[in-house]
Amino acid sequence: MKMDVSTPDDGTVGLVSPGRGAGLRDVLSSRFLLKLLVDKEIKVRYRGSVIGLLWSYVKPGVQFIVFYIALGIFLGLEQSARNPGGLPNYAIYLFSGIVLVNFFSEALGNASRSIVMNGGLIKKIYLPRELFPVSAIWVSAIHFLPQIIILIVACLFAGWTPSVLQLGAAVVGFVIVALMATGLGLIFGAVNVYFRDAENLVDLLLMVATWASPVLYAWTTVRDQLGQTALNIYLLNPLTVGVETFHYAFWMPTADQTQALPPSFLSLWVPIALALSIVTLVLGQLLFRRLEGRFAQEL
Amino acid sequence: MPISIDIKSIEKRFVLRHTRSMKETFLWLLKGRRGDLYKKFSALEGVSFTVEQGETVALLGFNGSGKSTLLKHISGVMLPDAGTVRTRGRVAGLIEVGAGFHPDLSGRDNVFLNGSILGMSEKEIREQFDSIVEFSEIGEFIDTEVRFYSSGMYLRLAFAVAVHTNPDIFLIDEILAVGDEPFQKKCLAKIKELNEAGKTLVVVSHDLDMVSKVCDRGIVLERGRVVMDGEVGDAIAHIRAS
Ligand SMILES: Nc1ncnc2c1ncn2[C@@H]1O[C@H](COP(=O)(O)OP(=O)(O)OP(=O)(O)O)[C@@H](O)[C@H]1O
Ligand SMILES: [Mg+2]
Repeated sequence: MKMDVSTPDDGTVGLVSPGRGAGLRDVLSSRFLLKLLVDKEIKVRYRGSVIGLLWSYVKPGVQFIVFYIALGIFLGLEQSARNPGGLPNYAIYLFSGIVLVNFFSEALGNASRSIVMNGGLIKKIYLPRELFPVSAIWVSAIHFLPQIIILIVACLFAGWTPSVLQLGAAVVGFVIVALMATGLGLIFGAVNVYFRDAENLVDLLLMVATWASPVLYAWTTVRDQLGQTALNIYLLNPLTVGVETFHYAFWMPTADQTQALPPSFLSLWVPIALALSIVTLVLGQLLFRRLEGRFAQEL
Repeated sequence: MPISIDIKSIEKRFVLRHTRSMKETFLWLLKGRRGDLYKKFSALEGVSFTVEQGETVALLGFNGSGKSTLLKHISGVMLPDAGTVRTRGRVAGLIEVGAGFHPDLSGRDNVFLNGSILGMSEKEIREQFDSIVEFSEIGEFIDTEVRFYSSGMYLRLAFAVAVHTNPDIFLIDEILAVGDEPFQKKCLAKIKELNEAGKTLVVVSHDLDMVSKVCDRGIVLERGRVVMDGEVGDAIAHIRAS
């Protein structure tokens, strides 16, 4: 490379344009701030509450009991002498799916609101704005932890002996759902600044999500009622795949491993779901960066 | 002297009416985005200037002339529609008292949060913590939730954090007004000290006497245009005359 030594430094060397960050990479380099934002969120949410974080045990627990009694016993989805077509250990089947969908709902819902909620700050100080959706996802992951603990305890009572593959599948399933929630959270969080319709749309989506995944029923119902093509479309939903990995890891080992996974689930559908959620994340980041330049003036 | 802030003919246009209906937006998109969807006006028009390292600049002008908007461009909160803004080093903005403070957190938590938002590392904040509290004279209130603070106490803590971030460029927008006399003096002394250490300073204020004490250079904005750029005394005379 040829250096032009004759030009004197006019004092502009090393100037940078402010306000143009590196997106999610900036979040990695501001880990301490991310931690503070997450701590703040947790502290503020449980301010003045006596049992604090315990609420994140109570809520899913109650939800679980209600669903179990209403659907498992009243509607007869639990396998029994009178109902041989039902699912064995329906309680665990239900709970393992619900915890993941809960995580997804909370993560996406909060991430979608995060930019508008932190508008006061975004308008006045420049910082990587991706921090807000990411911290919303992180907070949801912290709330997810107690639920997983309850689930594992319940599983142990039911004689849970998972294989390493099954546990690994659950981890991958969680990653799929977390990436998906982050990607969608970036998209809806950014769009919400311009059109507040976005957060209502998300609520609608999340309502559908519970029913569009095999949380309350088994995936075989979809195949039996709608056929193979419908099942393939159904399995394109990364949330469905995530829920199935949780069934695979938590419920199947307690149900004598009798129930089968969808055909070529681990070899085909899990990689597809992972790829789809990574694509969503990349798209989310691109859209977010396009829209964030005008956040400060629109909020 | 190296240049600290370099602004080249920036334009910023804002929409006048924000409420939009889906129908309007949809029709506009259908028509191939022709024309402006909203009525717009220019908040900044062809603003250019450079500030050398270590200069003290006062941004003057009447309400709505675009001073805060300009500071937001320097700090990177807003991006210009045209033109370029470039800066060197860490920028700390005191654009509004208590931005980055959360009312439900204690003063202590807020020092960490705000310091980190302004770009300090965990280590820096821990090292500076005692000095921040001492400067703010908040004393035992440091563990009180800041929503119980008076506006002066807010300012004290916010200012204390901001000066301890060791910024290369310090932006101050009209915030010293709520501090009491002794604290204002202390702040001004601190600002002078920062300046002597070679920091660049941009101050927005309607307190012309204060400005003339702190700044050497004055830039006057009028409806988004620079109408005067020179000695602070001349700039103040220009404001007083109009
Ligand atoms: N986000 C925004 N959307 C639309 N208009 C805006 C926005 N921000 C500022 N403006 C307009 O831009 C103009 C300049 O505002 P600015 O806050 O920069 O003025 P200022 O010089 O700081 O005034 P003051 O002395 O009152 O603080 C004002 O007319 C204001 O209404
Ligand atoms: Mg202003």
